[in-house]
Amino acid sequence: MANAGIGQAVRRREDFRFLTGTGTYTDDIDRPGQVYAHIVRSPHPHAQIRRIDTAAAERASGVLAVFTHDHLAADGVGGLPCGWLVKGKGDKPMVEPPHPVLATGVVRHIGDPVAIVIAATRVQAADAAELVKIDYQMLPVVTSTAEATRPDAPRLHTDAPRNLCYDWELGDKAAVDAAFARAAHTVTLDLVNNRLVANAMEPRAAIGEYDRATGTHTLYTTSQNPHVIRLLMGAFVLHIPEHKLRVVAPDVGGGFGSKIYHYAEEALVTWAAKKVGRPVKWTADRSESFVSDAQGRDHVTSCALALDKDGKFLALRVKTVANMGGYLSTFAPAIPTYLYATLLAGLYATPAIHCEVQAVFTNTVPVDAYRGAGRPEACYLLERLVEKSARQTGIDRAEIRRRNFIPRAAMPYQTPVALQYDSGDFVANMERALKVVDYAGFAARRADSARRGRLRGIGLSTYIEACGIAPSDVAGSLGARAGLYEVAEIRFHPTGSVTVFTGTHQHGQGHETTFAQLVSEKLGIPIENVEIAHGDTAQIPFGMGTYGSRSIAVGGSAIVKAIDKIVAKGKKIAAHILEVAERDIEFKDGKFQVAGTDKAMSMGEVAFAAYVPHNYPLKELEPGLDETAFYDPKNFTFPNGCHICEVEVDRETGVVDIARFIAIDDFGTVINPMIVEGQVHGGLVQGIGQALVENCVYDGASGQLLTGSYNDYCMPRADDVPSFQVETNESAPCTHNPLGVKGCGEAGTIGAGAAVMNAVVDALATVGVTEIDMPATPHNVWRALKNAKT
Amino acid sequence: MKPPQFDYHAPGSIEEAVTLLGSYGGDAKVLAGGQSLIPVLNFRLARPGVLIDINRIGALSFIREADGGVAIGATTRQRMIEGSDIVGRRAPLLADATRLIGHLPIRTRGTIGGSLSHADPAAEDPAVVTALDATMVALSKRGERRVPASGFFRSLLTTALEPDELLVRIEFPPTPAGTGTAFVEISRRHGDFALAGVAAQVTLAGDRASEVRLAACGAGPGPIRLAAAEKIVRDGGASAASIEAAAAAAAAGVEPTSDVHASAAYRRDLVRAMTRRALERAVARAAGGTR
Amino acid sequence: MKDMRKVSVTVNGKSYAREVETRLLLSDFIRHELELTGTHVGCEHGVCGACTILLEGRTARSCLMLAVQVDGANITTVEGIAPSEKELHPLQQAFMDNHGLQCGYCTPGMLTTLIEFLQDNPDPTEHEVRVAISGNLCRCTGYQGIVDAALDAAKRLQGGKRA
Repeated sequence: MANAGIGQAVRRREDFRFLTGTGTYTDDIDRPGQVYAHIVRSPHPHAQIRRIDTAAAERASGVLAVFTHDHLAADGVGGLPCGWLVKGKGDKPMVEPPHPVLATGVVRHIGDPVAIVIAATRVQAADAAELVKIDYQMLPVVTSTAEATRPDAPRLHTDAPRNLCYDWELGDKAAVDAAFARAAHTVTLDLVNNRLVANAMEPRAAIGEYDRATGTHTLYTTSQNPHVIRLLMGAFVLHIPEHKLRVVAPDVGGGFGSKIYHYAEEALVTWAAKKVGRPVKWTADRSESFVSDAQGRDHVTSCALALDKDGKFLALRVKTVANMGGYLSTFAPAIPTYLYATLLAGLYATPAIHCEVQAVFTNTVPVDAYRGAGRPEACYLLERLVEKSARQTGIDRAEIRRRNFIPRAAMPYQTPVALQYDSGDFVANMERALKVVDYAGFAARRADSARRGRLRGIGLSTYIEACGIAPSDVAGSLGARAGLYEVAEIRFHPTGSVTVFTGTHQHGQGHETTFAQLVSEKLGIPIENVEIAHGDTAQIPFGMGTYGSRSIAVGGSAIVKAIDKIVAKGKKIAAHILEVAERDIEFKDGKFQVAGTDKAMSMGEVAFAAYVPHNYPLKELEPGLDETAFYDPKNFTFPNGCHICEVEVDRETGVVDIARFIAIDDFGTVINPMIVEGQVHGGLVQGIGQALVENCVYDGASGQLLTGSYNDYCMPRADDVPSFQVETNESAPCTHNPLGVKGCGEAGTIGAGAAVMNAVVDALATVGVTEIDMPATPHNVWRALKNAKT
Repeated sequence: MKPPQFDYHAPGSIEEAVTLLGSYGGDAKVLAGGQSLIPVLNFRLARPGVLIDINRIGALSFIREADGGVAIGATTRQRMIEGSDIVGRRAPLLADATRLIGHLPIRTRGTIGGSLSHADPAAEDPAVVTALDATMVALSKRGERRVPASGFFRSLLTTALEPDELLVRIEFPPTPAGTGTAFVEISRRHGDFALAGVAAQVTLAGDRASEVRLAACGAGPGPIRLAAAEKIVRDGGASAASIEAAAAAAAAGVEPTSDVHASAAYRRDLVRAMTRRALERAVARAAGGTR
Repeated sequence: MKDMRKVSVTVNGKSYAREVETRLLLSDFIRHELELTGTHVGCEHGVCGACTILLEGRTARSCLMLAVQVDGANITTVEGIAPSEKELHPLQQAFMDNHGLQCGYCTPGMLTTLIEFLQDNPDPTEHEVRVAISGNLCRCTGYQGIVDAALDAAKRLQGGKRA
């Protein structure tokens, strides 16, 4: 037990099933009588649907039904809802165009679903789908973020002139303008934050089922948040009350944000299962994933930093255009606003910040949160700008950061962009990283690389993120259409074991282990006696799911709160049985002890007494030991850290190799260091992926997706990355949640991109290249080198 | 991503396969290792009426010494080729190139004949047979036809094989003593198709480069023999200046195209760099006696 | 008309006989006909490696083969790696001890790939391990835990035989 508590690298209990092939992912589930759906999708980025002819498909072998928008409309099926209302300048609400489950009249991106074919087997459905004849009238196309608002750009939605969803701002424009007017140095930068595809290794899948006997619908789906899906789909799309709708998210093979949202296919299989009277299963193939999973990033930004003569930051000005894609995905509007602009202070005491964001519609797959969600974009521009400022002012890159960091003593610190940081020791993290990387020895390493004909560069990146999403009142005031608390139920069983029901969902994070460690330690019972249940709305009281590095900070805190209730009740029970006053009972190491004596009851004995209440305070206390808690966070949590990357560049071919990568992170209290380290590793590689290889590209003229397979959309492979040196600093725990935890799921992705690109720029600067956009592919680096030479 | 319907045949002999090809011709696709064809079927980018699976024909899988060179059966797995002593000794350039193909599980199934018949311009095997003047031996009911590499690759994904012909073996000429080889390429990631690559084989005789063979992949609609570059080294020797000039000539002699991963200009420049690196390595190996 | 064929195959030591359409992919055959769902399908174009199985002891992408092609063959899938119901193979144990998996989706392909690799290369370097698994995409671990697991497994399998 001593080896299973908080701070221990407990081996994951999830692993056995995954290592032996006995996990249960959605596509592993087959329901009796199940039939298969194939979605007919638009091959065109923008077109009018003139006619849909399903007759041949309906006659095809094995086909049960073919449905189009008209069938949904006849049943009163609603559109896909957006969960966040952003208000722009002058409090103008964003444009929120309809997002039909199956396209009606117009298709707006490649992959836009148009019809659903249901057949006895999967290949029969696929074969029949090819027989659905759709007569399209092509419309002009815009895919480019920067060009979407041009007057001559084709309009996607009638109610969105210039394709503008909103024009939003945050911060004090006048103060920023004044600061720039008196600045000794002004540093400007134009950046593109490339569009990414999350590419969880498990493609999305969904099975709908309807039980005529009880009138209950069940949806098995690859979701990060089954209760959110139940809420959105039940209330807005299919009009099924929650008590008649069960959503199960079993083992899920990675999410990274892409499995947060309520997708058309979930509603389609749930609705169709009742129509055809059979369970209906849909599993995406990878080609479909590329055109139907929400994508990430896609910003075009101009920014500028004003500095005084000593290199102190005076003001930051940011103008961003953010691509929403063809429709608004569930949380899309919030990402480039409240998860982006609010982080623009970074670790710095910049007194004035102003950020304007225009969100635009284009003929591309919808964009929403992808690992980091807004925060990598903020970190990337800020850290690129700081590095450029160092170069421009001649101040060392570490020194300029040192001069501008918010000191630990200034906590809690109110930034000029709404957030209040509670904790962090930014200087210490950077100094540690500099020491680990041997910053002073870089010149020698660079010289050594040069002897081998290679350009070496070093790049720093410091980051802070707002995690533990989110205080519901704050989120609500900013436009969230849901609460963002978390829920836990601790159910003691009569003989002393415990099932913990959590509203968070794991899809790789190891909650079954981490949460069990936490419960084992707090209740003083063996970890083997703790089961963590999640992912089934029929089992779990409620929950908002897993994203934004919130599970331990919000879900873990809810568990602590429920444990506190268990202990409080346990004290009453123990006091009665031990015949002392409740205030004389202390709970420690799994024992209810009469203070100052050796009279005690174990947790198990108390639980047994609660379920077999023969000697029990029945007059004042209910039997049973089962407590539920809702925890609404008091503030965001603020994980932060410093990443340092060293790269070598082959000047002739443009190939970039990562030589070293160091990450020093403050996640507050660490429950399981092995799992936390794994989260950092994975995050770093996704950040490195964006910086070096990943890029989702649409052809500007045709609007076709050019990177719709794993051949063309490149993700890092094992031999593209080195082993990382990572450490955590636990000296500045979160001050407002009971565990002192901050969250660790996204940090790697947030910090890595800027560190890599700063290193690339540093390497290339030695031969005259000053700027380059992500991804720094061999071709892009080569081109930058060529352009610098001429 | 599920293949469309087809009729499947798995002949047990070469004769049977050739007979089937004779009857179905253009409506048939030959399934060898499947590492290129099955993805195409899964994406439904090809819809052959008939699939002729030649994996059960044992007689198509062999590596043997022949006329001082080496003959390799069409369905010989790339995995077998990279580990073959005979290939290492008799066609070391092929061994070098094979190690760069895809990843181990791909090479476990992938075949040399499949790669050549598929004729992806970025693939390694076509560049090797082009550099080495290997001979593709095709069989049909009409008889055997020997096609030199120079006449085998017609255009993008198109070879000289007639619809009723089956590629049965590839014959590599002898490798002279004093030869060094190298295959170098740049790809976006290890195992991906090359953005551009160069195969080089250099035979040294004293100070002279008596034989120079160079071919590029990823630099045109098919593999490209870099004849002008070869001549520069043959005439001028393996000096740094000569190699640099050859590299420039190689770059001038290719016809790359632009796509989402690389521009034509970049590919051309890569051919220059890869030619130099391949020549340097091949020369060093030839001089050092290690191929 | 459907082109159907009989397929007999031994998977993880157990014999199976099925009649299937000739276009059925081996990956779908294993998952949906044999109900061995441990083998995962990630891309169906041979890039991600999640569906990698051992065919006659050698790795192969099961999404790039037809079920009819394995008639008479011997296959090992992730379900057949462990020596018994309760025990793990040393490689599996090393994955657990080195946090070589997170969501578990790429894991079956990583395990089959490394089983073959470690048989052929009992004492690999880190670089060799990285190249060996470079045909298997993992989106969760950043590969470090997998690499550590492979190196650890090599030691365990060698049982101190390392020089």
